[in-house]
Amino acid sequence: MSETQAATLRINKESIYIPERAGHPVRSFLYREMLIMRKILLHRALKLSGSEKLGRILTTGAAAIAIISTITIVFFISTKGLSAFLVDGISIKDFLFSTHWLPDRLPEDGGPQVGVLAFLIGSIVVSMLAVLLSAPLSVACAVFIAEIAPNWGQRVLQPAIEILAGIPSVVYGYVGLSVLVPFIRNNVGGLGFSVLAGFLVLTVMILPTIVSISTDSLRALPGEWKEAAYALGSTRWQAIRLVLLPAARSGIMTGIVLGLARAFGEALAVQMVIGNTRKIPTSILDPVITLTSAITMDMGNTPMGSLWNNALWSMGLLLLMMSCFFILVIRFISLKGGAAR
Amino acid sequence: MNSRLADRIATIMFWAGALIVIIILGSLIGYTIYHGGKSISWDFLTKPPQVIRAGGGIGPQIFNSFYLLFLSMAFTIPIGLLGGIYLAEYARPNRWTELVRLSIETLNSLPSIVVGLFGLLVFVNMTGWGYSLMSGAMALTVINLPLMVRITEESIRGVPGSLREASLALGANRWQTIIKVVLPSAFPGLVSGAIITSGRVFGEAAALLFTAGMSSPALDFSNWNIFDSSSPLNPFRPAETLAVHIWKVNTEGLVPDLRRVADGSAAVLILVVLGFNLAARYLGRRIYRRMSAT
Repeated sequence: MSETQAATLRINKESIYIPERAGHPVRSFLYREMLIMRKILLHRALKLSGSEKLGRILTTGAAAIAIISTITIVFFISTKGLSAFLVDGISIKDFLFSTHWLPDRLPEDGGPQVGVLAFLIGSIVVSMLAVLLSAPLSVACAVFIAEIAPNWGQRVLQPAIEILAGIPSVVYGYVGLSVLVPFIRNNVGGLGFSVLAGFLVLTVMILPTIVSISTDSLRALPGEWKEAAYALGSTRWQAIRLVLLPAARSGIMTGIVLGLARAFGEALAVQMVIGNTRKIPTSILDPVITLTSAITMDMGNTPMGSLWNNALWSMGLLLLMMSCFFILVIRFISLKGGAAR
Repeated sequence: MNSRLADRIATIMFWAGALIVIIILGSLIGYTIYHGGKSISWDFLTKPPQVIRAGGGIGPQIFNSFYLLFLSMAFTIPIGLLGGIYLAEYARPNRWTELVRLSIETLNSLPSIVVGLFGLLVFVNMTGWGYSLMSGAMALTVINLPLMVRITEESIRGVPGSLREASLALGANRWQTIIKVVLPSAFPGLVSGAIITSGRVFGEAAALLFTAGMSSPALDFSNWNIFDSSSPLNPFRPAETLAVHIWKVNTEGLVPDLRRVADGSAAVLILVVLGFNLAARYLGRRIYRRMSAT
């Protein structure tokens, strides 16, 4: 409301309709004042709800919530995660590079030790294998959607892939457990609960992520580039290999790193199929354990503040640091990709 | 000739790659729905689960999932919407905006189990709520906030600048323009975004293990007193959602008809999530058409 309108309101103070309350002069005066107050308050509220200031405060507040939650997450996970080192006096070197996981052993039996190398290697092996298999498949699928089957590829395939990206990870774990594990046990060997089952489940799980990001970045390329390549006489494969894929490189790499991050941080789907044995696997059919599955299984069963529990928090911190590392890699990729243009 | 042969081979390769991806994902969904579809019945959908006997259902789990969805969206939508508006309309390219973006990116890439740990520490232990729907809803808000912010920002950026200028030229200020002009035009995108986010809430499990808990107290569905611990509406009671139930049944279930329960639950979960995604597409398109046609 503008100044003049506000002025009208002020002048009209006298003309506000007041139903007569016969008899009691004080009460009718109070009643009248109350009505006027209400009108003014309503007017203020209306003015505030449309005001620039309110918008700024609300939206900035929401942005601040995002920052505050990030900072509190980093702060709390770090404090808890560091207590194994600061309170229990475990050395970081032993934690990262030892395979001795004896958190409940008494000192005379070899002391409590919390080396997480086996967990760390499990996480890295399973997620790296998944990306190695998933990335080529996904990129082929993305090129197909964006270049080879443009018409129905765009209309049907891309939405389908995006919908598939929303399938909950427990469903991947469930199918892995009820199909893949028995299949491996009967046809390949071993118990079925293995590195193989784990990385296959993750491979399928990260397919939609990599495909949809790669498709987007291929599609974002200017059409003239492809036309220029064709005009120079190149075949479709040459155009894809020499022009389109290199140009979309940073987007595709981002998709792959995001897939890797998702695979590394996935907890339940992996935990269900890998067998969770605290040993470094020697073959692809051996059971294995990851950081996430160890946290999933033991966090609820160990008392808060015990060394075992603290070591699990340190693993959580390790996961947090890895995800920060992945963000840095993605930022670096997009920075480089931007400069190359 | 050589390059033409290479082109042919490459084309076959791309077809094969796409086919493999589609077959894998299609058979995944097909298997789940086909296998589980057989065990879905009205009884299964409404009865409480059994601990050691056969014949249990997933009624409370389905209710918990939807109630948790409602609670967490009550936080996610307003905050996400405002955050998205901030980034699309108010943010200037400076340090502060960069910090906001970095935070959202960080939240987005956090493994959900880490968010679950954070929830255990802050919402479960420090607030004294214990394993509860409220703690779970908070953890899910942390997980979904970045997605909601990004979707809002994108839909708002998609609104043509001329609409904004017309509104400003008529004397509206920036906030009035956003509320009365920009948000309504961005509405189709916002609706589909909110529904897609809901689908993610429904399927999330890792973050809920240590926040909403892995058990459900006996619920009395005739008790609507929100403060009573046996009331399904009490937000401070522990609640096992459908996704958590699938994990728990598969890893430590004791019931003799375990396969039936697991198959049925997975099918219900996948149907609901697919339903959310299809609804998002359909509604978004429909609202858009209605708005642009009339």
